[in-house]
Amino acid sequence: MADRLNAALMVLPERLGWHVALSASALALGLAVALPLGIAAARSPRLKWIALGAAGLVQTIPSLALLALFYPVLLLLSGLAVKVFGHGFPALGFLPSLLALTLYSMLPILRNAAAAVSGIEPAMVEAARGVGMTDRQRLWRVELPLAAPVIMAGVRTAAVWTIGAATLSTPVGQTSLGDYIFSGLQTEDWVAVLVGCAASAGLALVVDGLLGLIEAGVARRDGKRLWAGGVGLAIGLMAALSPLAGAALSRGGPAYVIGAKNFSEQYILAELMADRLEARGATVRRRVNLGSAVAYRALAAGEIDAYVDYSGTLWANVLNRTDNPGRAVVLDGLRRELKARDGVALLGALGFENAYALAMRRDRAEQLGVKTLADLAAKAPELAMGGDLEFFSRPEWAAVEKAYGLRFKARRQFQPTFMYRALESREADVISAFSSDGRIAADDLVLLADPKSALPPYDAVILISPKRAGDRRLLEALKPLAGSIDVRAMQAANYAVDRDTGKKSPAEAAAMLARR
Amino acid sequence: MNAIVLDRVSKTYDGHTVLAETSLAIAKGRFVALVGGSGAGKTTLLKLMNGLSTPSAGRVLVEGADIASRPGPELRRGIGYVFQEIGLFPHLTVAQNIGITPELLGWPAGEIAARVDELLDLVALPREVAGRSPSQLSGGQRQRVGVARALAARPSILLMDEPFGALDPVTRATLADDVRALHDKLGLTTVMVTHDVGEALLLAEEVVVMAAGQVLAHAPPKELLSGHPDPVVAELIAAPRKQAERLAELARG
Repeated sequence: MADRLNAALMVLPERLGWHVALSASALALGLAVALPLGIAAARSPRLKWIALGAAGLVQTIPSLALLALFYPVLLLLSGLAVKVFGHGFPALGFLPSLLALTLYSMLPILRNAAAAVSGIEPAMVEAARGVGMTDRQRLWRVELPLAAPVIMAGVRTAAVWTIGAATLSTPVGQTSLGDYIFSGLQTEDWVAVLVGCAASAGLALVVDGLLGLIEAGVARRDGKRLWAGGVGLAIGLMAALSPLAGAALSRGGPAYVIGAKNFSEQYILAELMADRLEARGATVRRRVNLGSAVAYRALAAGEIDAYVDYSGTLWANVLNRTDNPGRAVVLDGLRRELKARDGVALLGALGFENAYALAMRRDRAEQLGVKTLADLAAKAPELAMGGDLEFFSRPEWAAVEKAYGLRFKARRQFQPTFMYRALESREADVISAFSSDGRIAADDLVLLADPKSALPPYDAVILISPKRAGDRRLLEALKPLAGSIDVRAMQAANYAVDRDTGKKSPAEAAAMLARR
Repeated sequence: MNAIVLDRVSKTYDGHTVLAETSLAIAKGRFVALVGGSGAGKTTLLKLMNGLSTPSAGRVLVEGADIASRPGPELRRGIGYVFQEIGLFPHLTVAQNIGITPELLGWPAGEIAARVDELLDLVALPREVAGRSPSQLSGGQRQRVGVARALAARPSILLMDEPFGALDPVTRATLADDVRALHDKLGLTTVMVTHDVGEALLLAEEVVVMAAGQVLAHAPPKELLSGHPDPVVAELIAAPRKQAERLAELARG
């Protein structure tokens, strides 16, 4: 418990720093756009209608989806920029998070600015004109000072929203306090989840308090409060950002970026690769919790340098193949086609498979007499199927469903962690398990045989980005990993992270793998 | 020499005539009152004089020049204006309120400060109020600040829209007398809108009577008191006169 808390607090400065940098820039940008727009809207009912309508619409988009939507849009724009200007920009990480959060922060500022400025007494406007103010002087000397308390209240709301929503920037590859929540949820590390929630909530409370001080200072024309709030914010901002600045200054040479998708095995393998690079004196950044489709595109675009993917996933989702010509042919085909199409190098297979396999509790399978997917098809109409969040939309599922004619009574989606729990609690009878998952042995599950070979092979393979394909240090560090991890070793490492008691961190599990 | 000339001006809002075609000349140095019931067009007429409102037709000349050829803010910095709602800026101190027009004109800070002290003396307010917020003053004190603000940039014309409307009768009478004295002392041309005919007759040298967007009479108080052919004007003037006579009888017992 104390270990887990220490481990979580170790990375707090970096995550908090990024969270603050992201929220503060989004808020500043939101303010810079929404404030003038709000003032203009106060003068034009038509613009007010359009601006408030658009901002309101943005709010109705779930924030996670809004963040995710910016990635493909930026990727497209970056591609265009490469064609037009010769170089693109990163479509992953800070930029999509910043843009989505900025949009998100605009509504309260816009609404309050428009209401406050249009709510100023006509007598004040007339007095300002009467003493000889121009429109601009009236805005700066009378309207803005009088509207400031209401505008500040909007900024406060926006700040709290933005800090909360910034935790959702983790899946698009931006380090934030959300890293605790997403990883913690995956590995059932509730200490990490709590640390992430507490840090994010604490940050929101502190910022809300300081902005409240400024709001009161503005409303009561009390310079002391105004200064106290402003100085507090400035000090807090500097303190939160200093670890980032320190890291940027001390970082020598180009950093390697190791990516990982959003589950325990990926975290462990990313740590394993990063450790080997760091042992050779390289600087390494980790970008974990990437969505499955995001990871490959990020690698092809050079935003990450290496990560582990699975042959069947690449075969079906990247090359859009529906056939299953066998393990060796798939690997060869991938090596050739990924290189030719995207310049991505397949360094080698790690030596184990993490296949999609349908799993059942042993007692349930025996009771129903189900050993293969063909047996399952006959019983499926009485059973509930649980899948991870992406399984039912993947081509592998379509292939299995079609090959065996599977028709379940119900289908449910779960976070992988909760999927295994659902099997235990009988909310699902069959789940889409992963063959390298330590919980298969631990929970005494049986994997159903696939006599028609509907599911492709899923060899874990190391992929290298086009720009690092000739990087000797990277290749020499990672090459020895090929063929070095068998499925039992991987299952043990995964279970060390996933189990309830005596949990290990992904870094500790990676060290376990390396020591064998 | 006329300070203000309205040359066949009229004003319509959305096809609704609030001021019929009117011509009016106000001589330099006069104290003129615009009287009439609500909706008579008094305030509209006053606002045409400093460009707060622009005429739908006709010309407005201030000191001989057509005001349409000058930017409005620049014109208004040269003409004092006192508001019915007083209109002090709540986020500024008394001194900042008084000094606003000189500040817009770019006077040096020292000169503005000296002028603020001078004006506080002029409108009979203690100098200590300079640093206070308008909300800490009484209604009468606030309108004194309003008058001081209007006079800050040494205008030769002072426009007042129901300046004493929001005040109690005692404060009202004292402030009215003080304003009249300032008018004489500073040699101003003053135009005051009021619905109180008695106040207009007692303070002004000329009274303009308005009803339903039209000027019905323009004459010195004495002449109006001796009778007018227009029954609306006659009735309007008769009311305060009758009241004064009844009060005099009552006092005699």
